[in-house]
Amino acid sequence: MITKLNHVSVFVLNQDSALDFYVNKLGFKVHTDAPMGPGMRWLTVCPPEQPELEITLMPIEDGMMFKDGAAEQMVELVKKGTFGFGVFECNDLLATYEELKSKGVVFKKEPKKEFYGYEALFVDDSGNWFSLSEKKRE
Amino acid sequence: MKDDYPKIYLYKRIVQAKLFIDKNYFDKIDLDNISDESYFSKYHFIRLFKTTYGKTPHKYLTIVRIEKAKLLLKKRNTVIETCFAVGFESSSSFTGLFKRIVGLTPSEFQKKEMLRESELVTMPLKYIPNCFAENKGWTKNSNFQEVT
Repeated sequence: MITKLNHVSVFVLNQDSALDFYVNKLGFKVHTDAPMGPGMRWLTVCPPEQPELEITLMPIEDGMMFKDGAAEQMVELVKKGTFGFGVFECNDLLATYEELKSKGVVFKKEPKKEFYGYEALFVDDSGNWFSLSEKKRE
Repeated sequence: MKDDYPKIYLYKRIVQAKLFIDKNYFDKIDLDNISDESYFSKYHFIRLFKTTYGKTPHKYLTIVRIEKAKLLLKKRNTVIETCFAVGFESSSSFTGLFKRIVGLTPSEFQKKEMLRESELVTMPLKYIPNCFAENKGWTKNSNFQEVT
C-alpha cells in the first residue's frame, strides 16, 4: 500500500537561481544541500509546513538522465512553459498573491473563483508553472 | 476575477504588516505600531491577520524568529549570539521557547545539524534516493563513504 509522496523533481535551468526563487520568493526551506563533486549538487527544498515533501531542484544536464541531445530539448520545453508540476496550497490566496507579486513572482492567471475554491497560476524562474489554491471559503 | 474577494484593500495592508515582521523580526516589534501603520485598531488587526495567516501576529513573529534562529545555529553561531540576533532579550526565554517549538534545545539542535552537515559531505548517499544517485552516476564515486 502506497502511503505518501516524499520526493518530487522539478527540472530547472539553473540551480542557484532556482534556490533563490524557491527560498527567497516562495518562502520554502532548504531540506538537503549536498555537494556531489565538481559542479554537482543534490538540492531539495520543501514548503514551510510540509517538511516531509522534498522538491528536488534538478538541473537539466547531459548524462545518464538526459542522453543524445535530450537535455537541449528539455531546456527548450521548460523555457516554453510546457510543464505544470503541481498545486500549492495557502491559507489565503489573495494575500499570498499580493506578497508573491510584490517579490516579483510572475502570474499566468490572477486569482479566480473556481468550483472548488480560489486559484491562481504562477511560473518559477525557469518557466515551470504551478497552481496556487486556497481551500473553499465557508 | 479578484472582485470575488471582499475588501481587497484590506489584504494589501495585512500583507504589508506581514512583510514588516519578516524584515524587522530582530527588532523590538510593537504590535500597536504595526496596527497603527496599517490603519487598523489592534483588535481588528489581530483578527484579520489571524484569518489571513492562520495565526496571530505575535505567534507569527515567534515562528519567524525561531526559524531564523535555526538558520543561524546551522551556521555555527553560538546560542547567545543567536538569541540576541533574532530579537530575544533573554537566553533562558529563547531556549525555553525554542525547545517548546522545535522539540530540542538550541544546543541539541545545533549538534544534530552539525552531524547532518558532516554526513552530507562524507556520506551524501544517505540522503539521496538511490534511483537518482544511480542515474547521476554518483554511486560509483569511491570518495563517498558507504552508508552502513
